[in-house]
Amino acid sequence: MEPQLSWYLALSALLFTIGVVGVIIKRNVIAMFMCIELMLNAVNLTFVAFASFFQDVTGQLFVFIVMTVAAAEAAVGLGIIIAIFRNRESLDVDDASILKL
Amino acid sequence: MENNLLSLIIFAPLAGAAINWFIGRRVRDERFIGIVACSSVAVSAIVAFYLALNSHGALRTEEPVLDHIWTWLQVGNFRADFALGMDRLSGTYALFITFVGLLIHVFAVGYMHGEEGFYRFFAFLNLFMFSMLTLVLGDNFILMFVGWEGVGLCSYLLIGYYFDKKEAGDAAKKAFITNRIGDWGFVMGIMLTFMVTGSVSFFASPEAGGAAHTAFEYFASHGPDPFTLKAITGLGATSIALLLFIGAVGKSAQIPLYVWLPDAMAGPTPVSALIHAATMVTAGVYMIVRCSAIFVDAPTAMFIVAVIGAATALFAATIGLAQNDIKKVLAYSTISQLGYMFLACGVGAFVAAIFHVITHAFFKALLFLGSGSVIHGMHHEQDMRRMGNLKKYMPITFITMCTGWLAISGIPIFAGFFSKDEILWKTWSAPGFNMPGGFNKILWGIGALTALLTAVYMTRMMVMTFWGSERFRETHDDHHGEDHGDHGHHGPLEPHESPWLMTAPLIVLAVLSTVGGFIGVPYALSSLATDKNINVIEHTLEPVVASVPSTGGQESAATPAENLNPHQETDSSPALHPLTESAGTAVHESHSPEEISAERLLALVSIGIAVAGIVIGLFVFRQRPLLQMPRLLENKYYVDEIYDATLIHPIETFSREGLWKIFDVGVIDGILHSLGEVITEAGRLARNLQGGLLRGYAAIILFGALVLIGVFTYFSR
Repeated sequence: MEPQLSWYLALSALLFTIGVVGVIIKRNVIAMFMCIELMLNAVNLTFVAFASFFQDVTGQLFVFIVMTVAAAEAAVGLGIIIAIFRNRESLDVDDASILKL
Repeated sequence: MENNLLSLIIFAPLAGAAINWFIGRRVRDERFIGIVACSSVAVSAIVAFYLALNSHGALRTEEPVLDHIWTWLQVGNFRADFALGMDRLSGTYALFITFVGLLIHVFAVGYMHGEEGFYRFFAFLNLFMFSMLTLVLGDNFILMFVGWEGVGLCSYLLIGYYFDKKEAGDAAKKAFITNRIGDWGFVMGIMLTFMVTGSVSFFASPEAGGAAHTAFEYFASHGPDPFTLKAITGLGATSIALLLFIGAVGKSAQIPLYVWLPDAMAGPTPVSALIHAATMVTAGVYMIVRCSAIFVDAPTAMFIVAVIGAATALFAATIGLAQNDIKKVLAYSTISQLGYMFLACGVGAFVAAIFHVITHAFFKALLFLGSGSVIHGMHHEQDMRRMGNLKKYMPITFITMCTGWLAISGIPIFAGFFSKDEILWKTWSAPGFNMPGGFNKILWGIGALTALLTAVYMTRMMVMTFWGSERFRETHDDHHGEDHGDHGHHGPLEPHESPWLMTAPLIVLAVLSTVGGFIGVPYALSSLATDKNINVIEHTLEPVVASVPSTGGQESAATPAENLNPHQETDSSPALHPLTESAGTAVHESHSPEEISAERLLALVSIGIAVAGIVIGLFVFRQRPLLQMPRLLENKYYVDEIYDATLIHPIETFSREGLWKIFDVGVIDGILHSLGEVITEAGRLARNLQGGLLRGYAAIILFGALVLIGVFTYFSR
């Protein structure tokens, strides 16, 4: 059976939802961060699926841009996480509810 | 005719005021300040005389001298320029204002010697001259109002000159607030004038473009209002005239707004002489004469003016009879004389009113400056009961005051005789278009009675001050012990003659009070000596004031169409028809033999009244100068107390209990406080959004995204 577009989209939606739920319910910063990455990649999957379906390279290009941004974001985000851990000795976001220490 | 020199008349005193205020306060040299103040007024006096009396001067041609300084307001067809205009009327005013003002400035340099606020006094006095000349020379109602308020402000500042005395501060506030009531009427009058006529200008100025028309043109081409009470609310000439008259009542201290003027005597005496006798208080008369074209169209208004004028004259004269403060006597006398001027306006004798303004400026300035000299010589004693026999100590003051006394009493050849007699005669012979038949005879009776009282109270004042026993010695200890501790070098109180700076203006004014009346000798009297008509003032002013219709009120009301023509002919101010010959000829309307003999007879009666008044005064007060006067009069009919009880106290109570405690605390503070509470509550709620929990924010973002998606899907179907 040939894979259909809807399969890709369903998988992508599933991954995205997992990401969203993970961001909301996880308290560990690293886990939240991974969930965000999951959402980005779910979107990437959609792009690629549509690019292939419409035989249009634009979707692929978008994926490259998203990956670049994600890499930059990972660098900045991990840096922030390290800074938070150094200051608070905890990775629980609820501990970082106020800006002051 | 344009002449830019005209603006120098008003700006020279303004410059003097600025120099004294900014430089004089640092220099603090009385000689410098005095020279600046006097010379700035002298400059404007010289310019005024030049512009008025040169061969093309304002008083010698029909055409006014104009000076357009800048266009001030122009909105739609409303136009008010900062422009000056000197015609025969404002020229006459400018002459005596600058000249008498100069004399009083010179006097004040002597009088104010050694005062702490010397620079302040002269800065204000110069500022007053600027405002007064702006009022008089302004070429439209708006600029006139600027001057009108300016003199009010300067009056306030100068009455309150001794601001460390509560009495002076209260008097200043009283003057200012009482004048506000009048100013309300004046402003409303100006607005209504613009509404009715579409113009606020007095002169047809070339600067204002071809379509320039004056506020008075409209009235010249309309018949007079009917002589009915209804005309008052008709929003026509009568309403305008009455509103303007309310302004005049405030500024010129007539019933019922006269109460500020006696209190204004708390200011230094030169101020009383300049502002509260010679110039500012006659601004109301000026305004009415300036608007004579409106007033002749409003017989009801003129009737009210005449009645109020006559009532004020008599009322104030009776109060003046019983005052013991030398300045208070003169203050009530001023109110009374202003009443005469309004009586003259009310019967249509506008020229006589201006004539009396001028002579009154001379003799009342003289009397006030004389009283200032007395007060100065007595070391600031104003109570006449503590004076007496000053003629021995102050001969020059005594002699000059005598001329003022005879002038105001109406003894022939002195100035007051001619002007007062003119007013009485015009009242007697009023055409009666604006009052019930015979009523002018009643007004004449009131005027004559006032003349008698005037002679009596002035004689009383002279007797108490200059004759009799030297009462200042007896009462010296109890009163002056603490008052004059700082004047210790005088030793026991010894009156002295004032320095020449003060006596010189007195002498000049005494000469003017003596001969000043000859500018207006009526034909009936001058014809006794010469055939020529030597009534200069009437020749000069007759063309610029509107004359009253000589027909009876009923006739003119019956045939308005017919009435239009004689009205237009006689009512020709030069602003409307420059160089109309009809105006010139109208002066000599009637010198029928019967009228002349009647006028001569009345003049004799006036003389008799004046002599009788002086004789009564001498007879009653010569032996008993301290005669107790009726309490009712001494307490000024309790008018201040009545005003306190009926107006001021209720307003104060209402303001404190109602406006402050209920409205201010309840409503205004309530609104503010509840507004604050609402905002605090809203903030308390909004604070929950910013909990600081990262996952909360994420949930909110998610929720928002879901909502957006929902909205888009819903609407894109």
